[in-house]
Amino acid sequence: MKTVTADPKGVDSGPHFMDGDHALAEGALAAGCRFFAGYPITPSTETAERFAERAPEVGALFIQMEDELASIAALIGAAWAGQKCMTVTCGPGFSLMVENLGLAAMTETPMVIANVQRGGPSTGLPTLTAQQDMMQAKWGPHGDNAIIALSPDSPQECFDLTVEAFNLSEYYRVPVIILTDETVGHMHEKVVIPPADQIKVVPRNNYSGPKEDCRPYKFDSQGGHPMVRAGDGYNFHITGLTHNEKGYPVMTVEQSKKVVTHLMEKINGNADDIIRLDEDQVDGADVVVVSYGITSRIAVKAIQDARKEGIKVGSLRLITIWPFCEKRIREISAKVKAIVVPEINYGQMVLEVERSAAGRCKVISVNHCGGAVHDPQVILDAIRKAIQ
Amino acid sequence: MSTEIGKFKAGSPMSDTLRMDRMPHIWCPGCGIGSEVNSFADAVKRSGIDPKKLVVVSGIGCTGRVAGYVNFDSIHTTHGRAIPVATGVKLANPELTVVVFSGEGDLAGIGGNHLIHAARRNMDLVVICNNNFTYGMTGGQVTPTTPNSAVASTTPYGNYEYPFSLPFLVDAAGATYIARWTSMHSRNVTQSIEEALLRKGFSFIEIISPCPTLYLRRNRLGDGVDQLQNYQDNSILKHGCDTRETAIDYQGKIVIGKFVEKNKPTYLEGVDKCCVKLVGDDYQLYGKTIPEREAEEKAEKERIAARRAAMAAAEAQEQAVAAKPRKTSAPAVKKAPAMAAKTKFQSKVMPAKQALAGTKKAPAKAAAAPKAAKKVAAKAKAKPVKKAATKAVKKASAKKVAPKAPAKAAKKAASKGTVKTKAAPKKTRK
Repeated sequence: MKTVTADPKGVDSGPHFMDGDHALAEGALAAGCRFFAGYPITPSTETAERFAERAPEVGALFIQMEDELASIAALIGAAWAGQKCMTVTCGPGFSLMVENLGLAAMTETPMVIANVQRGGPSTGLPTLTAQQDMMQAKWGPHGDNAIIALSPDSPQECFDLTVEAFNLSEYYRVPVIILTDETVGHMHEKVVIPPADQIKVVPRNNYSGPKEDCRPYKFDSQGGHPMVRAGDGYNFHITGLTHNEKGYPVMTVEQSKKVVTHLMEKINGNADDIIRLDEDQVDGADVVVVSYGITSRIAVKAIQDARKEGIKVGSLRLITIWPFCEKRIREISAKVKAIVVPEINYGQMVLEVERSAAGRCKVISVNHCGGAVHDPQVILDAIRKAIQ
Repeated sequence: MSTEIGKFKAGSPMSDTLRMDRMPHIWCPGCGIGSEVNSFADAVKRSGIDPKKLVVVSGIGCTGRVAGYVNFDSIHTTHGRAIPVATGVKLANPELTVVVFSGEGDLAGIGGNHLIHAARRNMDLVVICNNNFTYGMTGGQVTPTTPNSAVASTTPYGNYEYPFSLPFLVDAAGATYIARWTSMHSRNVTQSIEEALLRKGFSFIEIISPCPTLYLRRNRLGDGVDQLQNYQDNSILKHGCDTRETAIDYQGKIVIGKFVEKNKPTYLEGVDKCCVKLVGDDYQLYGKTIPEREAEEKAEKERIAARRAAMAAAEAQEQAVAAKPRKTSAPAVKKAPAMAAKTKFQSKVMPAKQALAGTKKAPAKAAAAPKAAKKVAAKAKAKPVKKAATKAVKKASAKKVAPKAPAKAAKKAASKGTVKTKAAPKKTRK
């Protein structure tokens, strides 16, 4: 990935006391995002508000669209007109966005979408936390496609991972979803924004070669391909239909194989480069707690208490949710007695863990139906049970 | 068939504006979309805008395929989302001219919310809506504009809903340019699109169009030509018409014309005004200050004017050459308007009498008529070509304008800007 230093105009360097939602907006501005289209929905609205407030001084544009369908649609237009772009939402809004999330994946359009999760289904628990949209992020749009999803556990990481989300999005030309939650979104903590020259960003790569060689796509299961920008005279065409590398519709069995394989493999085939994990004492552990987002910070307490009791517990925090770290889980499952998976849903990522562990160890789900974080005691009990 | 297409490819006057490698297109014989695309391509050429800076966005459906055939930057989006995608394009790069070309089911049905909100914001877009009263791609279902009692595959016993009148809808929402034509009025369609391409703000052009395969067949209304005959018989030209009076009943009268044209700051102008107050004169959007952007815009306008002047000069020369052998060039010009109004279709198919009769007269002379004449006159003044004034006369006295008015009177009136013009169709093209 070719990187440059961030444009200082968007970087509000220094220590701040801010919540996760605001940090998402700052991360976007630091990463070079200059177009934001959104629609208000609790608990994500503060990100839109922050961006709207900062846009004039940075030279960016904020527009509140008529709904989430329009918000993500506007991002597709803006991305092909040359801007890095972002939107935020939560469950109900994300459900509307999956329509054009599919179009963005199909047209390989870079964009960042933050889902500050709240409890569902439907209107569910506005302003109360959850992690119930983990599977929706991956399986939301119809048809086979692969996206990248990241999960921050703090306002600081909201900033850091937003920058990273843009970088991945630009390089792989794929929508990147930040799966945070109400607790992290509304939690105020210290956020240190580094100086612009210490922030590495992947710049928009626009095609500039001869017109006859211009192709909006290359189906080689890799990232790093240039975008074509509207107004540059290449007369590009993009469509949600199954297409060839020129972007023209070609609706055949063979072409579908090429397109779908490319869309899946450019992410899954490069999983080792994309995936980031945070491990603590996993080697030599009898039990490993696999967690993410706010739950990983609750799990810390349970892990510390278990260690005091002499139980060898490791922690694996998923920073990258999708693509899933199946290789690492496979390795771990061969060495440990059990994997404990606490999450604020009825058991979603635990399914991936079970699939990857494939019966090599016990997998214990510590589910929660949303509205609050776990009581660390419940996780501790699961760890104790795991060791028996 | 394919070899025939190959031939067409080589010499087609459309080969610059269409993706010839994508021909043949999917539209049925008798469908109106083809002639609309033709008008659009012509309008782009005539407008003098830089085709490199033009982006065409379509939704889903038969008309949604337009984006795939025009040789500009083009985006074929999801169903109903053409307008928000176009909004993103325009806002991300204000230099671009963005056109949405889609059907009524896409724009007013599934995308209705986006339509009214883009109109409300006066988003700088040109929206061309092909209205054929049917969802063609899916097999002829009822749409938000299908007239009451018309048969569709999902209203097999007749439509019991009330349709939208799209000009009224977008007028209420805040559109600043609204015109309606039928697909028979090719030249008027061209002219409206040309006007829309050159202005700022939300422009909406509705084109009533036949769907012979589904709507006409199900309602036993004959084929495409029969429907064009219906348009010929039932169109009422009413420039400046109150959009509340533009409803279309089943096979009833179709009010056509330019209903609304007004100036109002666009969305981006609003953003600029607000931000410059806040940040000061060094306010930048995407790294460019307002004066910088204005200078660029002015330069682009000058380039457009130069292209238009060159085209007008070439056209005038062509006409002069064509007129020479006749020796009676002056009267020929005066007679030309009556001929000018003939569409290819009319001259081929219609009895001469009908063709000359043209569009039926509006019952009440539209209040906006003098305005239209003024505009024509003003336009003529602005044109760098010397003969512009006579051109304006020609325009003003063209058949649909005032068929009975003597050419002399028309000339006099046009120069004063008081002639009661009802339409100003483009002069004859070859």
